[in-house]
Amino acid sequence: MVYKKIWKVNFLTPLLEPLFYILAFGLGFSGLIENVHYGGVDFSYTAFIAPALIATAIMWNAFFETTYGSFVRMYYQKTFDGMLATPLSLEEIIIAEISWSATKSAGAATIMLTVLGLLGFVQFPMGLLLIPLAFIGGLAFGAIGMFFTGITPTIDMFNLPIFLFITPMFLFSGTFFPVSNLPDWAQPVALAFPLYHLAELARRFSIGTSEITPIISIGYLTVFFIFFTHLALGAMRKRLIQ
Amino acid sequence: MDKVIEIQSLMKQFDGFSAVNGISFSVEKGEFFGLLGPNGAGKTTTIRMLYGYSPLTSGMLRIFGMDINTDCRRIKARIGVCQQENTLDPDLSVEQNLHVFAGYFSIPKKEAIERSRELLDFFALSHKKDAKVIELSGGLVRRLILARSLINRPELLILDEPTTGLDPQSRHQVWEKLEELKKFGLTVVITTHYMEEASQLCDRLVILDHGKILVDGSPESLIERHAGKHIIEIEGPDQALIEYIKRHAVEYDDLGNRLILYDPEGKGMNNTIRQQFCNEKCIYRNSTLEDVFLRLTGRELRE
Repeated sequence: MVYKKIWKVNFLTPLLEPLFYILAFGLGFSGLIENVHYGGVDFSYTAFIAPALIATAIMWNAFFETTYGSFVRMYYQKTFDGMLATPLSLEEIIIAEISWSATKSAGAATIMLTVLGLLGFVQFPMGLLLIPLAFIGGLAFGAIGMFFTGITPTIDMFNLPIFLFITPMFLFSGTFFPVSNLPDWAQPVALAFPLYHLAELARRFSIGTSEITPIISIGYLTVFFIFFTHLALGAMRKRLIQ
Repeated sequence: MDKVIEIQSLMKQFDGFSAVNGISFSVEKGEFFGLLGPNGAGKTTTIRMLYGYSPLTSGMLRIFGMDINTDCRRIKARIGVCQQENTLDPDLSVEQNLHVFAGYFSIPKKEAIERSRELLDFFALSHKKDAKVIELSGGLVRRLILARSLINRPELLILDEPTTGLDPQSRHQVWEKLEELKKFGLTVVITTHYMEEASQLCDRLVILDHGKILVDGSPESLIERHAGKHIIEIEGPDQALIEYIKRHAVEYDDLGNRLILYDPEGKGMNNTIRQQFCNEKCIYRNSTLEDVFLRLTGRELRE
């Protein structure tokens, strides 16, 4: 049984940021780029990137929560130490942390979905599937974030996974341009990124098309989540249980 | 009497270093039990094994008759732990901290609210119930951690240096509350660096050093056994005194320009020494647990 009794931390996530992207790219960029040919259909550039922005928000929310957020609770606030003196086990605490990060992602996705829906970038009712999708995506990114928290010696070191892993993924996962535009050698790399699959699924559910079969992407995210949850648990056991 | 804690040949090793090196003791129901020792003696490591935080390297540890390796969760549900560090959630208020913690024990919301109110009353924290933890002074934080450790109505309370860093007023208040809890029949295990605290609170204690138990007994019996009822401290001892001491095999510690004379067997040597060798730089006083502690663990610095 997983306990979800975690702190009601304020929900002031950087939600406005992706909306600024829409404005910037929609108003500024779309003058330069007419249409994006994607999944056999032509889309306006703004319509193309809007679902990907939800995907990146899912990623950032979950990843930040289980890296900086969890690290502060673990290292500075000693919250985990306190919780370990209760009937909770380390496994439950870690899985609850990851679930909480996924909940946060789903919350952020819901807010963005409302805004983008009102602007006409999302088809309903299929778009509502983005909310459970955000939870699955949040689990995947929450798990890898927690793994980094388990192996990172100081909070400053989170720069490393962010610059080496999150940023390239943010740029090259078919977020701002279709992966099919990448050179052939680079495409398999993009395919290995979880954000690619999340962005693809977000497009499938909001504009009705994608490059890759949704079931493969869902499978990939699920495997990614399970794999990194195991690694995170191993790293945390090694770190905390002495 | 029921044994709440039974420990046999308990060992804990970190990378080949033995932090706890084969200790055995037991604590009975309603007892106030102290773990004393210099820094690095293995107190906190022992305590952490008691509440299932650190796995044992070897040995046996039973609490409420259950094995810690197999029944950790059931044991943890029945103990309260007050850790050395502040593990409160700074984002939450005093009351919320108790409510959230009650949730970890699956205490129903209504019950949690009631217990929190009782505990805040008991620890004189009611006026601060809406304050943020970050605004609390050290004494208040400590009281709140104590209150929180009682939220599950534990049968065993584990306190790791509960008064370190507190001012004398707060410390005495914590002692008072602990005395009251003792009256309710709670079993308590405490570690401390304050010998005064240990002598006042503990029914029985062990002194640990280098992961081993040096002595075990009530504070009074330890004082009598290892330092005697009284002690003489003499500054700038002269040759005649030193010869006298050696001739009569008086137990002493030589601190350079100060001699401390013990009389553990009550030979009645004190009077002679006091009459013959004491000038104005001579103190005759009751022995304390601190004397025992320093005799047994040595006076050199540890870290």
